[in-house]
Amino acid sequence: MIIGCGRVGSVLANRLDEEGHQVVVLDRNQQAFRRLSEKFSGERIVGNGLVEEFVRPTFEKKIDILFAITDKDNNNLMIAQRVKLTFQLGRVIAVVHDSILAGLYKELGVETVCPTDLVIKDIVQTIQGG
Amino acid sequence: MYIIIVGAGKVGYHLAKLLMTQGHGHEVMLIEKDRAKVGILSMEFHDAIMEGDGSTVEALKEAGANRADVVVATTGNDEDNLVVCQVAKLMFLRPRTIARVNNPRNEELFAGLGVDASVSGTKLINAIIHEQVRAGDMMIPLLTLKAGDIEIVEVQLTRSSHIVRKKIKDLALPTGSIFIAVIRGEEVIIPYGETEFQPEDKVLALVKRESEQALRQML
Repeated sequence: MIIGCGRVGSVLANRLDEEGHQVVVLDRNQQAFRRLSEKFSGERIVGNGLVEEFVRPTFEKKIDILFAITDKDNNNLMIAQRVKLTFQLGRVIAVVHDSILAGLYKELGVETVCPTDLVIKDIVQTIQGG
Repeated sequence: MYIIIVGAGKVGYHLAKLLMTQGHGHEVMLIEKDRAKVGILSMEFHDAIMEGDGSTVEALKEAGANRADVVVATTGNDEDNLVVCQVAKLMFLRPRTIARVNNPRNEELFAGLGVDASVSGTKLINAIIHEQVRAGDMMIPLLTLKAGDIEIVEVQLTRSSHIVRKKIKDLALPTGSIFIAVIRGEEVIIPYGETEFQPEDKVLALVKRESEQALRQML
């Protein structure tokens, strides 16, 4: 399940779908789904990932892994923590752009991915490699 | 006390004003994201307002969260309020954290995620309206104890009340309720078994929430 069909979420959804996984994408804005490829065969749900009534029916299905990839760090952190607390999902991953916050929540037991850190790491590697 | 307030909207603004004045005399720092708002409010708050995202470690550090006694998150977004409180709690020494909850359904979640206290405007307004509506049926809640589990209520008896001209010992008082006083004109009577109710009596009772309906029916 992918919450947030933005630039990262949509590409991830397309790719996981191509690889043959069963994918559900949720976004507040119907327009966001235009980023999905024409071949995308997964489920699209319009709704607010922060509102429990909205996501409950979906979460009660068996989800192995959930990505919270909206454009707001705090959104992702709240979604991830609520899901972990309320529903027993296998893995929950939150994308957090603020590097300090990403580290902090990792210590709290929330799995985070920090695009900022990844970009920096990549640039540093490029510099050293060149 | 040193109190950090995140979000200078209506709630944050008035809270800050209240805490700084009216004999409270607390030291306050308002953190607001919107630069224009900070510009306008700095005429009034001077050094007690700063621009920043209160859900980041940097902003809270700059505001001096390490010596803060309380951090209050008052923005209109529950996800921001949650992260403000969690960061304050994890990264800094000893602040008590209070979150404004915009969606009442998030209250339980916040408690489970380490926020010390949450305040829901929606819930408060609901409770007040509910009390006003109930006041119409002559049973007026005076005091709520134990977070609403127990109440002291006042009932104005009339000629048609079931218990008028009856003695307490002859009544089947619902479990979880007791009469604590009868006000008859200027006189206050501490009731016992022989006390007989008169029309125009005001009766004070202590009642558990679950017994309230039964008490109301009996009266």
